[in-house]
Amino acid sequence: MKSNITQEMIDKDRRGFIDKVVKGTVGGSLMLMIPMSSNLFAEVLSEDKNLKNSINPMDLKANYCFMVDVTSCIGCGNCCVADRKENNVPEGQYRTWVERYVIDMMNQVYVDAPDGGEKGYANTPIHETIEEVKEAFFVPKLCNMCDEPSCTQVCPVAATFTTPDGFVVVDSEHCVACGYCVQACPYGVRFINEQTKVADKCTWCYHRVRKGKLPACVNACPTGARKFGDINDKQSEVAKIYNSASRLRVLKKDLGNEPQLYYINLHEEVV
Amino acid sequence: MDAGMMSEALNYVFPNDAHAHWTLMIVIYPYITGVVAGAFIVSALAHVFKVEALMPIAKFALIFALSWLLFVTAPLLTHLGHPERALNMLFTPNFSGPSMMSGFGYIYMAYSILLIFEILIIYRYELVLLKEKATGIKKSIYSVLTLWTNDKSIEGRKFDHKVAFVLAAIGIPLASMLHGYVGFIFGAVKSVHWWFTPLMPIIFLLSASVSGIAGIILFYIVIKKITGKMHEIDTHTIKTLIKLLWAFFILDFLFEMIEIAVHAYGGTTGWQHISHALSGPLHWSFWTMQVQILSILPFFVLAYLSLVKVSRWVLMVVAPIVSLMLLAQVLFMRWNVVIGGQIMAKSERGFATYHPMMFEKEGIAMTVIMLVAPIVTLWLLSKIFPLWESECDKEPLH
Repeated sequence: MKSNITQEMIDKDRRGFIDKVVKGTVGGSLMLMIPMSSNLFAEVLSEDKNLKNSINPMDLKANYCFMVDVTSCIGCGNCCVADRKENNVPEGQYRTWVERYVIDMMNQVYVDAPDGGEKGYANTPIHETIEEVKEAFFVPKLCNMCDEPSCTQVCPVAATFTTPDGFVVVDSEHCVACGYCVQACPYGVRFINEQTKVADKCTWCYHRVRKGKLPACVNACPTGARKFGDINDKQSEVAKIYNSASRLRVLKKDLGNEPQLYYINLHEEVV
Repeated sequence: MDAGMMSEALNYVFPNDAHAHWTLMIVIYPYITGVVAGAFIVSALAHVFKVEALMPIAKFALIFALSWLLFVTAPLLTHLGHPERALNMLFTPNFSGPSMMSGFGYIYMAYSILLIFEILIIYRYELVLLKEKATGIKKSIYSVLTLWTNDKSIEGRKFDHKVAFVLAAIGIPLASMLHGYVGFIFGAVKSVHWWFTPLMPIIFLLSASVSGIAGIILFYIVIKKITGKMHEIDTHTIKTLIKLLWAFFILDFLFEMIEIAVHAYGGTTGWQHISHALSGPLHWSFWTMQVQILSILPFFVLAYLSLVKVSRWVLMVVAPIVSLMLLAQVLFMRWNVVIGGQIMAKSERGFATYHPMMFEKEGIAMTVIMLVAPIVTLWLLSKIFPLWESECDKEPLH
């Protein structure tokens, strides 16, 4: 009996090993040809739903937070591509985008985000009047998932609301599309979806998180600049950063919206 | 630092924020609501505060308010992405916010009911008299409007007066709330520096009064002119309305300027953004039109009409012109608030754009239609409700 079980485990392990070798080979080969993040490919090739995070989808006591490490972002735009694909966002509208900041020797700040940074910045020259660059960095933007959200406060029909586990979402079947939330959001992350004619915004991929998956943009980020997790889980990366001496900042703190989107090493020029 | 280079370098707006989302429809929504609230206040001054000089236009003010009231929701419904869900605002309001916009739905409904009852009560006796003379469909309409009563007794009419007095008295705070609320919808949006001021509801309320009074002066004189009854216009009534307009306008303009002055004196980063907008994309519509041509000029004209003894002819020519200017002032003010607030992009590094088209869904043609529709409605209503004070209103009740 015992030997049978052992044999089964060996067989399973062998099958798993062969499976991984095949996927790794195929995936690795493809990655040489197609410039896409390895994480995205790993998921495409794998059937495993719980890839690399320890999110318990039924844990309503979890305190999810999103972190963006500005120093790690390379402005590749993979996150934006993954987000558009995952959430069927119409062209010209953005649930997430990546801004490029360039500061010259005169301390003049130049900000741009052509196509929301979706096509990356490798072929986008910096502003022609910049003679010498003092500093340059990329800032991914997305829903700040405020603890005190302005958008849910102003919604006349309560179509946008905070879920018990802290996600601000929109009921697209109830929204009247008055646009008040678009005005009220201090971060400009909301828009009226051209196709559905209702308010739309980044949800931190709530539909994925509830299944124990990471948000699509986090999954697609090749440098780990985008991080997501439960701050109550001491073992999670976000909790470790949160409890360390890292310089964390939220956007427009003075407004009192208490965002749950934290930026690591964010420059004060960023609004 | 070179200013030109600075503005070029700073011109960045968030990608979803490049164009104003609230259009001309949201410019004329507070405009129409304001005219409604302002006109009601004129009527209330006559009915509640017994300002005798305003009695000749007390009934007209109510019908004028009603004709605009019927179109308050038109621009809103045109703007909504899902107008078929509009009643969600009443059925599933957001109490936990609470949402000011859903609150407006209730106040608008309450005010509408009150205004209609006020009109039916004030007109009841006259409509009973008209019903006796009317035939055919008009008789049926009057029957419905008088709720099938033929009561012409002194007691009945005294009771009407009491009810009208109470309704008008309730109507004053309700009309003030109606428009103060609209101001709150903008004034409570903390993400827009240009809107976020406690003065906003006050400015909206005062400008509403200005537009209502100005509308009544303009249409009083124009309708009398068109119908060839200029001789019926009471100079004292026009003079009283002009003084009232001047008083409200002084307060309105004062608060508009105080708002700017406090922002400027504070000199926060919010003001830097506002000042760039006021010297840039809003310069013409704010400084040139709203302030210089349509505020400072009318202020002196109104002062002249109010303080100097002018001939009847001058009064009848200048009063409608200055009223029209102030109606335009309020429209520009609405534009500068609604569009201006959106042009000052949330990136605080540049300006969004808004260029309305002539024939788009929420474009210029639609705006004109919505501003003309209440005037056509006023003409239609005048076929049922006599606009002016009639002989039966002057009959003694004892």
